[in-house]
Amino acid sequence: MNKTVNQKAWFLVLPVLLLVAFNAIIPLMTVVNYSVQETFGDNNFFWAGVLWFEEILRSERFHASLGRQLFFTFSILAIEIPLGVIIALAMPRKGVWVSVCLVLMAMPLLIPWNVVGAMWNIFALPDIGLLGNMLNGMGIDYNFTRQPVAAWATLLAMDVWHWTSLVVLLAYAGLVSIPDAYYQAAKIDGASSWAIFRYIQLPKMKRVLTIAILLRFMDSFNIYTEPFVLTGGGPGNSTTLLSIDLVKIALGQFDLGPAAAMSLIYFLVILLLSWVFYTLMMRNEE
Amino acid sequence: MSLELRQVSKNVDGETYIYPTDLRLEAGVFNILLGTTLSGKTTLMQLMAGLEKPTSGEIWFNGENVTSMPVQTRNVSMVYQQFINYPNMTVFENIASPLRVAKMQNSDIKNRVGKIAEILQISQMLDRRPSELSGGQQQRVAMARALVKDSHLILFDEPLANLDFKLREELRDELPRIFSERNSVVVYATTEPSEALLFGGKTATMFEGKVTQFGDTGEVYRQPNSLKTAQVFSEPPLNTAIVHKIGDVFKISDDVSWPVGQKYAQIPDGEYTVGIRPHHVYPHRMSDSNIAIEGVVQVAELSGSESMIHFRTMGNSWVSLSHGVHVYAAQEKTTLFADVANCFYFDANRKLITA
Repeated sequence: MNKTVNQKAWFLVLPVLLLVAFNAIIPLMTVVNYSVQETFGDNNFFWAGVLWFEEILRSERFHASLGRQLFFTFSILAIEIPLGVIIALAMPRKGVWVSVCLVLMAMPLLIPWNVVGAMWNIFALPDIGLLGNMLNGMGIDYNFTRQPVAAWATLLAMDVWHWTSLVVLLAYAGLVSIPDAYYQAAKIDGASSWAIFRYIQLPKMKRVLTIAILLRFMDSFNIYTEPFVLTGGGPGNSTTLLSIDLVKIALGQFDLGPAAAMSLIYFLVILLLSWVFYTLMMRNEE
Repeated sequence: MSLELRQVSKNVDGETYIYPTDLRLEAGVFNILLGTTLSGKTTLMQLMAGLEKPTSGEIWFNGENVTSMPVQTRNVSMVYQQFINYPNMTVFENIASPLRVAKMQNSDIKNRVGKIAEILQISQMLDRRPSELSGGQQQRVAMARALVKDSHLILFDEPLANLDFKLREELRDELPRIFSERNSVVVYATTEPSEALLFGGKTATMFEGKVTQFGDTGEVYRQPNSLKTAQVFSEPPLNTAIVHKIGDVFKISDDVSWPVGQKYAQIPDGEYTVGIRPHHVYPHRMSDSNIAIEGVVQVAELSGSESMIHFRTMGNSWVSLSHGVHVYAAQEKTTLFADVANCFYFDANRKLITA
C-alpha cells in the first residue's frame, strides 16, 4: 500500500486540537503552575515546590472532606446500581408502556442540576416543604438544615432521585439486547428466575453496568451544584464534600496554591479509582 | 417414542400462525421441517416443546396427553440458530448445566460431559469460555448441552444457518451419526431443500402455517402432492408455466408443445400447471424428451463447475441449473431445453396429477 502524503491534512485536526487545548490542557497546566508556587497577588509568584501538596495531604480538613466524599459516592453507588437494575428488570419489554416508562425515566435527567437542588431544598423544608412537613407531621423530628443525619439522608435521596434513571436506562438497554432464545433455553433447562438473572441477565448486562458504575462514580465524585444548593455543605461541615471544600479554599479564602494542589490530588484520586475499577471489571474480557 | 400433534393450531393477536395440524413423529428417524422463513417452523417447534400453548388441539407424547404440561417437566432439548450458551460459565459448566438442574452426582456429570464432548470434538475446550470459541465451536457446545441429558424430544431450529459452509458440511455429516443410537424424537428445521435431502429421514414441508405434506424425504421430493410442496422443496425455485392439454398434446404456446404420452393419456383436456425442476432444464439437447424453449437471459451465475442461468420465457422467470461452464451475456437470446419426461403436472386446485 502506498501512503498518500498530504501535510495539509494536519489542519483538519487543528480545531479539535485547539478545543482540547483550551478546554483541558491549558487550564490543567495553569493549575499545575499554581500548585507549585506561592502568590500574594500583583502577579508575583514565588517557587514553593511540593509544599502545598504536603500541606493538603497532612490536613485533617482534607481528610475529612475526602472521607465524606468517599462515603457519599459509595453510598449512592450501593443504592443506585441495585435499584436501577431492579427497576430495569421490572420494566415492560414490549408494548405501549415501553415508551411511557422510558420517558418517565428520562425526566429527572433533563432537569438542570441547580434546579434539582432548589426543588429538593424547598421539598424538604421542615415547615413548608411537602416532604419535611409530612415527616414532621408523622412525628419524625426532621430538619435537614440542623441535623447532620437528616441532611445526609436528604442529600442521598436527592441524588438517588436524580440519577437512578441513568442506571435504569443503561441496564434496560443491556436487557433488551438479550435474544429471546436465551430465555427459552433457560426455561427448557428448568432454570429458576434467580438463575436466569445470575447466569444470563447479569453477565449480559456486565458491560453496560460497568459503564453505569464508572459514570456514576465520576459524576458523584465531582458533584457540586446539587449539595451546594441543597445544604451549602452544612449543617456545620457535615455535608461539605471535596468539591465544596475546594471552592471554599479557592474562592472563599483565595488560597490559590493549596486549592490548586488539592485539585490535582482530587483529579488523581478519581483517575486512579476509575482505572482500578475498570481494570478489575474488564479483567476477564477478551 | 413418538410425538403426536392432533389438530394443533396457534393464533396470536387474531393472526393465524399455525393452521390445525396433524403430525406423528417417531424416534429413530430424522424429522425435518422444511419451509421458508415465516412459514411457521419455529412456532410449530415451540408448540412441540411446550414453550407455547396451542390455541386448540392436543399434543401427545408416548400415548400421554402433554398439552398442558410445562416445558421444564417435558424433558426437551432445543438448539437455536443463534449460539445460546451461558456467557460466564466454562464450556464444561455450560454442558453440565442441565444435569446440575437435574441434581445429578458430580462423578456422573463428569462422565457424561466427557463423553458428549468427545463425540462433538470439543474435549480440548472444556475449560474455556464460550466467547473464546469460534462460531462452530460455540454451536457444538450448545448442541452438547442439548444432547447431554436423555431428552425425549430434541429440537433443532436451523442450527447450521449461522455457520460458514465448511463447518456446516462437517456438522451435517456428524449429526445423523450422533442420533442413530438415541431413542428420542428428533426434529430439525431448515430452509434448505438440499439439507433435507442430505439428512434423508422424513420431511414435513411447511407453507404459511400449514404442513403441506409429510412423508419420507425422497418421496416428498419426487412426488410432491401439490404445487406448494414442490415449490418449497426446490432450490433454485421450481419453473412453472400454464399448459393446455388438447387431445394428445400439452401446449404452452404455439411454439412450445409436446406429446402427452402414455402416462397422462387418461386425464381430461383443460388447463394445468407444469413444474420443471431447474436441473431438468439444459443449455443443450440431452435426450429425445427435451423440448426447445426460447428465452432471454437475465443473468448467468457460474459457480465452479455449475452454471445457473436465469432467463425469461413465455412471460415467466425460469432457471436452469446445469453442470459445466456456460457463459451467457445479459439480454442474450438463446434456446434452452426442458426435459418434459421429468416434470410435474398440477390441476386447477394445484394438486399433483398422479396418473
